[in-house]
Amino acid sequence: MNTPADRSQQKLANRPLAVRLWAWRYLFLRRATQFGILLLFFGTAHWAWQFPAKTPLLSGNLSASEFIGLVPMADPFAVLQIFLTGHVLQQKVLLGAAIVMAFYLLVGGRVFCAWACPVNMVTDLAAWLRARLPIPPLFHISRNLRYFVLAATLVLSAITGLAAFEWVSPIGMMQREIIFGLGAGGMALSSIFLFDLLILKNGWCGHLCPLGGFWSLVGRGAQLRVRFDKDSCSHCGECARVCPEPQVLNLKHLEVVGYVSSGECSNCGRCTPLCPEGSLVFDFRPLIRQHNARTERFSK
Amino acid sequence: MSDSSVTRRDFMVKTAQGAALAASGGLLWAYLLRQEAKAQPYALRPPGALAERDFNATCIKCGQCVNACPPHILKLAPSGGDQPIGMPFFQPRTGACIMCPDIPCVKACPTGALAPELKDINKSRMGLAVIDIENCLSWKGLRCEICYRDCPIRGKAIVLETNPRGLSLHAMFRPIVNSDACTGCGICERSCPTDQAAIRILPHKLVQGKIGEHYRLGWTNEGKITQDFKPAEAVPAPVEAPGQNAPGVDYLNQGGL
Repeated sequence: MNTPADRSQQKLANRPLAVRLWAWRYLFLRRATQFGILLLFFGTAHWAWQFPAKTPLLSGNLSASEFIGLVPMADPFAVLQIFLTGHVLQQKVLLGAAIVMAFYLLVGGRVFCAWACPVNMVTDLAAWLRARLPIPPLFHISRNLRYFVLAATLVLSAITGLAAFEWVSPIGMMQREIIFGLGAGGMALSSIFLFDLLILKNGWCGHLCPLGGFWSLVGRGAQLRVRFDKDSCSHCGECARVCPEPQVLNLKHLEVVGYVSSGECSNCGRCTPLCPEGSLVFDFRPLIRQHNARTERFSK
Repeated sequence: MSDSSVTRRDFMVKTAQGAALAASGGLLWAYLLRQEAKAQPYALRPPGALAERDFNATCIKCGQCVNACPPHILKLAPSGGDQPIGMPFFQPRTGACIMCPDIPCVKACPTGALAPELKDINKSRMGLAVIDIENCLSWKGLRCEICYRDCPIRGKAIVLETNPRGLSLHAMFRPIVNSDACTGCGICERSCPTDQAAIRILPHKLVQGKIGEHYRLGWTNEGKITQDFKPAEAVPAPVEAPGQNAPGVDYLNQGGL
């Protein structure tokens, strides 16, 4: 057999080491931003990092923060939950939520999940290990469950008068306890790790997390997306094999739309450097439209 | 006909199953939330904190107050402890509020959970100092009065009351807390020299009583005579016989029939 797909897979198998390492560049970058964000928060909290002088560099945590005393940032999902408890919030946190929202509308909603959220490091480790010790699935549940958890979060916030996810969030526990001091957050993280490793593949990030669901909805309007060139694609399927949300790489849909349109794509950059034909490339939506129109013209 | 009723039945069952799952999950989650929120009723909050319910709702758990606190007394409650998760608190015995005049913790709060309306730190009410008079050295008759001397609003929040001491010529100097001036900063609790602090800060609702509104303290009215104490002649004499306006008494004359 020597189909185009086979040739693509051979191309992948015959890559020299340097090329293989280079294909992991986004993984290193993601870990760098995840650790870097935590380090900036930690340094400001514990070593009083300042910039400019006498102004905290990055005070707070992922829920709400202030950068160099000027730029407020806030988690729009947390702010939405607090709003639903029936409380009016101060301008500062509303502005902060708007800034964060605008940023992720530009670069992709679930970019938070893959590039900022510290729990991603735990679940990626579980997924990596699970792939190496082939562990059969125990059961399947719909990845849309996260939207139901999201809806439940909002309803419960309104009923109980407490920001429902913020009070139980393992993401909140992990980053708070890394930045401000340890508690039992490690237990929540171990249970997520074991759940992802032994029970459900990509269980937390891909099925349950309501924050991921929230950013998925935001991501539908995001500008930075993965472009798809249907002419060069050999349908080898390597992209879907490395993707933690393989349903977003439905090639039939991609051929029509020309890019990964699902908000569930976290722009993690696993598929783009791996694709042996270079069919998947990060690009901005308006440019994608131009590009696809141009290739349409050429192919005619 | 039978086919459509089967699918309808399936649909009903699926709906019921989904609803049951959502309801049981939601109940469990709400139970967890309520347990977590009432974890410890005696947590002491930074200055300007809203009332407990509102504070629980609006605090976004970001820790900017913690970073802004100059003496580093504020902590965010870790998970699994007995404090509501992720919220700032302080423990006066190990770290009391030094009552910064510019209140940096309130300024740092992005949500308003620490109310920006608080401009004068002396008006903050983090808690109330309570004296265990059985174990207070001054109340036992020793000369201590450290709480009185260390109190940032000395002479207002804590006052000394002199009392004769049995047969001795020396008076006792008993500290007394005035709730209308005490901010609950906890400096007294931190500096109390007994093994276990004999003066402690507690949230107001745990220690403060409330008399009924019907009580009249006649002697506190400084010359004014309240309604209760008005002499009989000062009350306007009833124009009509008592009971005349009672419903039903005069209905015949008012065309009731």
